[in-house]
Amino acid sequence: MLEPIIEVKNLTKTYKAAQKKFRQKTSYIHAVKNINFQVLPGESFGIVGESGSGKSTIAHLIMGINKVTEGEIIFRGRNIAQLSRGGEREICRNLQIVFQDPYSSLNPKKSIEWTLTEPLIIHSIGTKASRKEKVIEVLEEVGLGESYLKKKPHELSGGQRQRIAIASALILEPEVIVIDEGVSALDVSIQASILNLLNELKEKHKLTYIFISHDLNVVQYFCDKIAVVYLGDLIELFQTEEFHQEEHAEYTKKLFNAIPDVSFTSRTS
Amino acid sequence: MAKLMLEVNNLNVSIKVKQKVYPALEDITFKVNENQVVGVVGESGSGKSLTAQSILGILPANTEVTGSIKLENDELINKSSKAWQKLRSNEVSLIFQEPMTALNPLMKVGKQISEVLRKHTNYSNNECYRKTIDILKEVGLKRPESIYHSYTHELSGGMRQRIVIAIALVNNPKLIIADEPTTALDVTIQAQIIDLLKDIMKKRNGAMLFISHDWGVISQVCDYVLVMYAGKIVEQGPMENLISNPQHPYTKGLLKAIPDFKKRGEALYSIPLRVPALTERRKGNWPYIEITEENKQVVADIFPEILQRETKE
Repeated sequence: MLEPIIEVKNLTKTYKAAQKKFRQKTSYIHAVKNINFQVLPGESFGIVGESGSGKSTIAHLIMGINKVTEGEIIFRGRNIAQLSRGGEREICRNLQIVFQDPYSSLNPKKSIEWTLTEPLIIHSIGTKASRKEKVIEVLEEVGLGESYLKKKPHELSGGQRQRIAIASALILEPEVIVIDEGVSALDVSIQASILNLLNELKEKHKLTYIFISHDLNVVQYFCDKIAVVYLGDLIELFQTEEFHQEEHAEYTKKLFNAIPDVSFTSRTS
Repeated sequence: MAKLMLEVNNLNVSIKVKQKVYPALEDITFKVNENQVVGVVGESGSGKSLTAQSILGILPANTEVTGSIKLENDELINKSSKAWQKLRSNEVSLIFQEPMTALNPLMKVGKQISEVLRKHTNYSNNECYRKTIDILKEVGLKRPESIYHSYTHELSGGMRQRIVIAIALVNNPKLIIADEPTTALDVTIQAQIIDLLKDIMKKRNGAMLFISHDWGVISQVCDYVLVMYAGKIVEQGPMENLISNPQHPYTKGLLKAIPDFKKRGEALYSIPLRVPALTERRKGNWPYIEITEENKQVVADIFPEILQRETKE
């Protein structure tokens, strides 16, 4: 049995609800509630759900962007749910995130070289020369080249920006990359090339992905396991391979039946 | 024989940037019949939205338009802005993509719908109100009276999109243009909106131009499709034919790139070309890709047109 790389136990995040009346008792809203799952090394773990279901909250909690209210996140045998800032820094070398919108996740005023060198400087890795070498190496890995070093984000297309975002996640050689709607904003042909790239990198670097998406076609193609989240609850977790055989929860069926299919079998006139 | 609603012939749109003129749309020719949904697919930058904008007469000021757009035999190009204004919502109307930005957050949604009637018809206040309630019912909203008095932030994404649809429909336009109406929505809500649009089309015998980059949605809604690349129609045909038997290599490529369960474990196909930016385009040079010895084969595989062009020269 493989040891899980990330284990989430009873993960809960609550927010204070707005007080509607003066001296009203504060009530709490659950963003996510009692989430439990394990991610094995080398796996692509998909999380799907509608907007507001809490799928991105889970990603943010794992990354330490939001503070966990209750529960544990165990990464390599260590609970990272309640870390100090210093501890976080050490962990985040091994945990990286790729955001949805490559237009807003890159600093528009800085060159690509700066964007990619910054993580190395923060973690004080290498010398100036070796950093540059590393940056070029990563750029080549994501299918771009040295010529992109001096470019700024506005000179790049959506697909190229997303490659830069992946490169900046990759540069610290993490074990786990969280991809929060990482291909949702892209056209289908570019989306295909990014998915291929992610699969190649996974093979090469033995990466583990936590892949968050609302696009069920993509998740079915890309992920080994799928977790369905609805209103902050984890409803179901199954192997993608077994999707067509098993019995599923009502909500899962509803969700997957809603995918428009590019064929005429599903078309009702 | 179905009645012809919209006829676009040799539509060319060029955009002027810093004193230079670049082609944005070239030779767009297609028809929309009554009772027909025509889909427009393409990557970003392919000119889908620009086509819609030219039919609505809302192109930016630095554009030049030639060709012809006929709506029920009425030529739209070179109409005065006053004439356009009359046309919109009476004859053509638009369903926007982003319901959050298309609606006014400071105005009750009922007012936003009835505003269309107030501007374009002579109905009394009372009639406007009743028409608005009717349209709210038609787009599938329960409790229309209380929805009338609510603001956009009180409604969910799906409800907002229904309001946007109601605004487009309220004045019974002959042609509806839907610009990515489901892109911002979740799959379950998307399915509901698709059903609603299909229902409405059936009831009203209207004609619709449906713009989307999502083949799944297009295949559900449309009867006829146009595939666009860099401002030109690459291929057009009836839906069933086009999906089961695409002729153009570019269309084939787009269809191959869609991920799904059956393609698990294999690499996806991806078109090795990107859509050229506007300022890289030269007129008469479509698909605007600089051809070198190395990429010649790649380009010719996807756009065999370039070979014909070379022999012509």
